[in-house]
Amino acid sequence: MVEVCVVYDKVRFEEKALYDTAKKKGLKAQIIDAKKITINNASKRKTLQFGDVVLQRCISHFRGLYLSACLEFMGFMVINKFKVGETCGNKLITSLTLAKSNVPTPKTHFAFSAESAIEVINTTGFPVVLKPIIGSWGRGVFPIRDEEVANMIIEMRKENDNPLSRIYYVQEMIKRPPRDLRCIVVGDKIVAAIYRYSVENEWRTNVSRGGKAELAPITNELEDIALRAAKSVGGGILGVDLMEDEKRGLLVHEVNNTVEFRGASNVSESDIAGAMIDYALTIAKK
Amino acid sequence: MKTQCQECGAEINVLDDMMIGEILTCPDCGGDFELVSKSEAKVELKPAETVGEDWGQ
Repeated sequence: MVEVCVVYDKVRFEEKALYDTAKKKGLKAQIIDAKKITINNASKRKTLQFGDVVLQRCISHFRGLYLSACLEFMGFMVINKFKVGETCGNKLITSLTLAKSNVPTPKTHFAFSAESAIEVINTTGFPVVLKPIIGSWGRGVFPIRDEEVANMIIEMRKENDNPLSRIYYVQEMIKRPPRDLRCIVVGDKIVAAIYRYSVENEWRTNVSRGGKAELAPITNELEDIALRAAKSVGGGILGVDLMEDEKRGLLVHEVNNTVEFRGASNVSESDIAGAMIDYALTIAKK
Repeated sequence: MKTQCQECGAEINVLDDMMIGEILTCPDCGGDFELVSKSEAKVELKPAETVGEDWGQ
């Protein structure tokens, strides 16, 4: 019997749903706290109990990323792969990867000093969006509408202790309705798509910022672009985020490696956790 | 099951279907705690990790 292992550092709705679903499907399932795991470079797969396939679900990006590297080193099948997590966890690398695969994505500039960042912003023209290259839930994402604010935000970023703060990711602001699309891709299928509406006085659409979820139709265009985006980053279980540009249609701005699906579960009739466990089974049998 | 908040002493309700690793929030002070263990006799909590810069999807 295939054994599924869910690795977490904080049990959320999603980790419970995956664990419960695996058990309901009659599989052997275990759930392990990543904070308690230690591994060394002589560790052998047979001495560690991580089952046949690991669903790496850490809320901390780096904890999950490097744990995935260790588990893969020992020969465990990990969803998603280390390389996928590395790409998706970094907006700069994601933007480059999407563009290289001709997936429609917003035009994004990268600058490596505060002075260059200001120059890029002034040349591009307002409004633009400044994002941290690593970070989630919309943290540190600023719409910049004039030069004064641009100077202030860049100065703030320049003085931050984190060296990644001095890598500047400047994206065109997309003319879109007050919503974006979150597509949950499992393997080569879309299991659910939702619109995420921003709440009043909030420009970001993240559900973690109070964004409201509504079921979205899975059109041919959405299916084509979301699946191509997922494939470009290496595939697996992913959340592809898209915006609806007035002129260009759908643009992918982010691909999430540890996709949260509580919002989608509330409005979709799809068995999202079930599809994820079925996918894990196919990976385990490979 | 019920236990006491380690910060303010208020009563925190631990539901039967809660899993080890879930986060509970004190209804009075808003402190977050991770469920470490639970049995009929005892519930053990520890202060939850604070939200890190790399948290989220």
